[in-house]
Amino acid sequence: MAEPIVRATALHKHFGALHVLKGVDLQVAERELVFIIGPSGSGKSTLLRCLNRLETPESGSVVVDGIDLLDRRTDLNHARQRIGMVFQSFNLYPHMTALGNVTLALRKMAGKSRAAADAAGMAALERVGLADRAGHRPGQLSGGQQQRVAIARAIALEPRVMLFDEPTSALDPELVGSVLAVMRALRESGMTMVVVSHEMGFARAAADRVVFMDDGMIVEQGRPAEIFETPSQARTQAFISQIQRH
Amino acid sequence: MGNWDRFIETFFNAKVMARYWPDIVDGLWVTIGLAASVVVTGLVAGLALALLRSLGWRVVNWGIVLVVDLFRALPPLVIIVLIYFGLPSLDIVPSGFVSTWVSLSLVLMAFSEEIFWAGLTAVAKGQWEAARSTGLGFGQTLLWVVLPQALRITIPPLTNRTIAITKGTALGSVVAVTEILGQASSAVSNSYNPSPLTLGAAAYLVLFIPVVAFGRWVETRFAWRR
Ligand SMILES: Nc1ncnc2c1ncn2[C@@H]1O[C@H](COP(=O)(O)OP(=O)(O)OP(=O)(O)O)[C@@H](O)[C@H]1O
Ligand SMILES: [Mg+2]
Repeated sequence: MAEPIVRATALHKHFGALHVLKGVDLQVAERELVFIIGPSGSGKSTLLRCLNRLETPESGSVVVDGIDLLDRRTDLNHARQRIGMVFQSFNLYPHMTALGNVTLALRKMAGKSRAAADAAGMAALERVGLADRAGHRPGQLSGGQQQRVAIARAIALEPRVMLFDEPTSALDPELVGSVLAVMRALRESGMTMVVVSHEMGFARAAADRVVFMDDGMIVEQGRPAEIFETPSQARTQAFISQIQRH
Repeated sequence: MGNWDRFIETFFNAKVMARYWPDIVDGLWVTIGLAASVVVTGLVAGLALALLRSLGWRVVNWGIVLVVDLFRALPPLVIIVLIYFGLPSLDIVPSGFVSTWVSLSLVLMAFSEEIFWAGLTAVAKGQWEAARSTGLGFGQTLLWVVLPQALRITIPPLTNRTIAITKGTALGSVVAVTEILGQASSAVSNSYNPSPLTLGAAAYLVLFIPVVAFGRWVETRFAWRR
């Protein structure tokens, strides 16, 4: 197997006395889509946030696209441009237009001129189907549109990996589909993706691998069908049957 | 002479007013200069302290909170008097204007730091995370993402506080600043007639009614909408 694009090894993370990650290993191959599921509080978000160092684990290592994120000499801001992140609550900048949101980092970090940034930004908005909303503020967009702008903001930087933390959980049910469609297109373009989500239908259709976490550990992982239909661990089974009832 | 005539004679004495209004206008310019200097230095210093505080250096932050609480607790007049009469014993001899300017700037710095800080902390943590995740650094995130949102929340309370503190320029009359009230007071003692005070009040109205109206406009204009 080729060198994985994400390699997290033996991660430990505490919040005060709370041991949130208890020795987590996660490898993601290029072009792979990995789904992370698990009960609330099991450490999914914390793990994901360690992969772009929004959280710093106390021990272990995180290497993304060959860059050691825990090395003090690493230029984190540079590294983070290769790691897109999409949040549950969108976190768009409310005082900027959709295009402004997408181009800010292009202009300030990637050093593009305004014209070049605008062109790249429009292309990204085009990919999420929102070129016609470029001049709108987040407050003028639906939740689904806001999340797609957030995806455009991340992909405009041409990242090597995209991290999604429950990208559809804050959306009204009728808006979920539009975001999943964008994610599916992204997957088909060959993007490597790590997705924390409980959208089982999407996982079945698109994921290469499903990782089940509980209590700060990876309990088991495998192909979607394996994990959803024939999980080997009782905890996985209990969790799957619980969410399928909803 | 009836009471009414005596009242007019005392407070609206045309002869006295005609004689002293140029002094009051001189005072008006001093007040404007003093107020403008206080607004600029007070707000710049307050914003600088708030930004420094956002770096999260604990010892520095204790110092900032101490200074801010000190200047919010002390009456402005006490600070003016301390600087004007106290510093000369250290061989620093500030003029009344400088004493008043420095004192009110410190007070405005203290109050505006708190307001700026409240604005900065009111911006959701997710804004920081989103910006940092795209590779923007701390300073860039502060400048382009957090500060514009913070300022917007900040402007109405800041405007009101700034107006309240700039009215304190009248305290400068205590330390011989020839601003409106100072000019009016000396005119009163020279003319043995209080009419210059009426002129002084009118000068304050001319200056501050537009400012207050501006504050009201700012408050509606910047009412938060997403
Ligand atoms: N910044 C923080 N400070 C203190 N505790 C935290 C912090 N972030 C997370 N935690 C705690 O760490 C644990 C794991 O949180 P995490 O957000 O990783 O869980 P999760 O699996 O994403 O849960 P959910 O499905 O609810 O999003 C939880 O108990 C949470 O309360
Ligand atoms: Mg979470």
